[in-house]
Amino acid sequence: MAEIKKPKLAVWKFASCDGCQLSLLDCEDELLAVADSVQIANFPEASREIIKGPYDISLVEGSITTPHDAERIHRIRRQSKLLITIGACATAGGIQALRNFTSVDSYVTTVYATPAYISTLKKSTPISEHVPVDFELRGCPVNKYQLLEVINAYLNGRKPNTPPHSVCMECKSKGLVCVAVAQKTVCMGPLTHAGCGALCPEYNRGCFGCYGPKETPNTASLAAWWREHGEKNTDIMRSFRGFNAYAEPFRKESEAHENI
Amino acid sequence: MKTSDAPKNSTIKVDYLARVEGEGSLYVKIKKGQVTDARLKIFEPPRFFEAFLRGRTWKEPPDITARICGICPVAYQMSSCHAIEDAFGVKISPEIRELRRLLYCGEWIESHVLHVYMLHAPDFLGYQDVIALSKDHPEAAQRGLRMKKIGNDIVTLLGGREIHPINVRVGGFYKIPAKKRFAELLENLKWARDAAVETVRWAATLPMPDFEQDYTFVALRHAEEYGMNEGRLVSNKGLDIDIHQYNHTFFEKHVAHSNALQSVMEDGSNYFVGPLARFNLNFDRLSPLAREIAREVGYEPPVTNPFRSIVVRSIETLYAFDEAIRIIEADVFPEQAAVEVRPRAGTGYGCTEAPRGILFHRYKFDERGTILDAQIVPPTSQNQSTIERDLRNFVPRNLDLSDEELTWKCEQAIRNYDPCISCATHFLKLDIERES
Ligand code: SF4
Ligand code: SF4
Repeated sequence: MAEIKKPKLAVWKFASCDGCQLSLLDCEDELLAVADSVQIANFPEASREIIKGPYDISLVEGSITTPHDAERIHRIRRQSKLLITIGACATAGGIQALRNFTSVDSYVTTVYATPAYISTLKKSTPISEHVPVDFELRGCPVNKYQLLEVINAYLNGRKPNTPPHSVCMECKSKGLVCVAVAQKTVCMGPLTHAGCGALCPEYNRGCFGCYGPKETPNTASLAAWWREHGEKNTDIMRSFRGFNAYAEPFRKESEAHENI
Repeated sequence: MKTSDAPKNSTIKVDYLARVEGEGSLYVKIKKGQVTDARLKIFEPPRFFEAFLRGRTWKEPPDITARICGICPVAYQMSSCHAIEDAFGVKISPEIRELRRLLYCGEWIESHVLHVYMLHAPDFLGYQDVIALSKDHPEAAQRGLRMKKIGNDIVTLLGGREIHPINVRVGGFYKIPAKKRFAELLENLKWARDAAVETVRWAATLPMPDFEQDYTFVALRHAEEYGMNEGRLVSNKGLDIDIHQYNHTFFEKHVAHSNALQSVMEDGSNYFVGPLARFNLNFDRLSPLAREIAREVGYEPPVTNPFRSIVVRSIETLYAFDEAIRIIEADVFPEQAAVEVRPRAGTGYGCTEAPRGILFHRYKFDERGTILDAQIVPPTSQNQSTIERDLRNFVPRNLDLSDEELTWKCEQAIRNYDPCISCATHFLKLDIERES
């Protein structure tokens, strides 16, 4: 009797810190169960074994920063039924997208003595600028329970349940004291995509937007409020130039505070 | 993975090294039974951290540099905080210092256990990965996963989350969690300490390739503690310097054959950082229990076979559990989450023991605390030249193995160092020639 075929899961890495894929290995209680329900066909951080595609689900971490990677992502797309990007690098270009606001050549010469050896693109871009993406999971890093939910949902043919509202809403529903109101802390919670459970406010700290922009964030109004409370333009610009600097709403707002 | 014909005259190529963090490849060339070339190639794309840190403020490096490596973010947070506090003349309280140590113990545990059980042990036992290993050794795999989780619990409590913690700041923490939350960890930690003893005994039974080498071991040494956040940089060959002297002792060298910048000592020789170096230089600073169990399995300095690092990593894991319990049971917690920090112009240095070895940071600030210049030297770039030397020495002794076996053994030899390639590349020269 033929064995029931398990769906094949692949994990791919582009420019990144490995933190998002590590989230999978950090699912200590669930890892062996996940390995039972899917065939881990390509996950070099965890296994030597590489099983040929096509793959049912591809998880993609990291951003596109080299000519070679810009080609490689197309090959992966062709082999993948579903392609899911995980983390700020893959969904928005990551912290390495700070090069997009200056000339990458100056970066190369700052870090490397022999720039000729470095092959790099001028911009660090999200996967969705290169190929169609079936689902984007936010965060720097992603929340591991959300990651499990996404995998589970697709294995069962349903849509993942990952609320699109703001960190601010998560903060309220947890009954935390608002750090912006109570401590006059700069907090990006009203603009930032939910998913972390309002972690920073829980630790007396303003959100710095590591989950990226929520849908239609009103960046200008929050920036204006910060200005009223004495924040300088350069500080406002820096706040938007973090781990999701190249996500469009954050990029536009940071550019609005450049050189004024 | 590709391998080729007869081992006498052949090339070993592993195009994508597995079970390491990041993207690297291995290249060894054998001619008439001689190794003519051995390279650990790094093709991880550069991310330019040192460049974009310029112009950022002093508050940002702990969060930004954490993103160099998802496996050891706490190390980046610790080294950056110490460097910035050094620049501004900030003294943290002894209580904050202890909690930083506790946080670091958590990271050592989760990183070491990940490596011992999930990345390295499969090599010794002949499995492709931990999932295959768990089928035949379910008890060991379960034990490893639970220990790792308990290490992560420390980081999550004190840091907010296990990857890229949000609670670390220059001067201390944003918030000190309630006392009872720490106490709640104790029961699990004590189970894990016993499990760590088991782990040492288990790791010591793994078959060890015979490969004794003469190394220059470099690690932090502290007057009372097993080196972690502070100490002088010492070696088994007489080095003993303040960390401020780092750049006078260690240099980045351009090696023509590999197109890579590698960290070497003044005379061009390579050195070895990480668990084996710490163990050999600080055995007397381990806890009594860790020393006792190390002796029981026959481990005392000098340990000079890098394959034995899996046992040493297990001993350090035991130490880290023991130390975490000591800190929590001492029951002294900071009244204030952070000390005051006032920026000033100047340069600061930080060097701490990441799970994989010393991690050096240097920052130069203007008077408002804006970063003018940054330098970061991760452990893997310091070990890279030693790894290549190991390959050159290891391969000739094992030419009787089939290509497939020899390739796997070479991978295992690289994994002795638990190399974190994501870390190393933001400064390594890339060899952009790719095999694919
Ligand atoms: S999104 Fe953040 S955590 Fe994830 S890979 Fe990128 S830098 Fe690492
Ligand atoms: S509160 Fe904001 S910065 Fe903090 S973890 Fe959540 S999304 Fe990231």
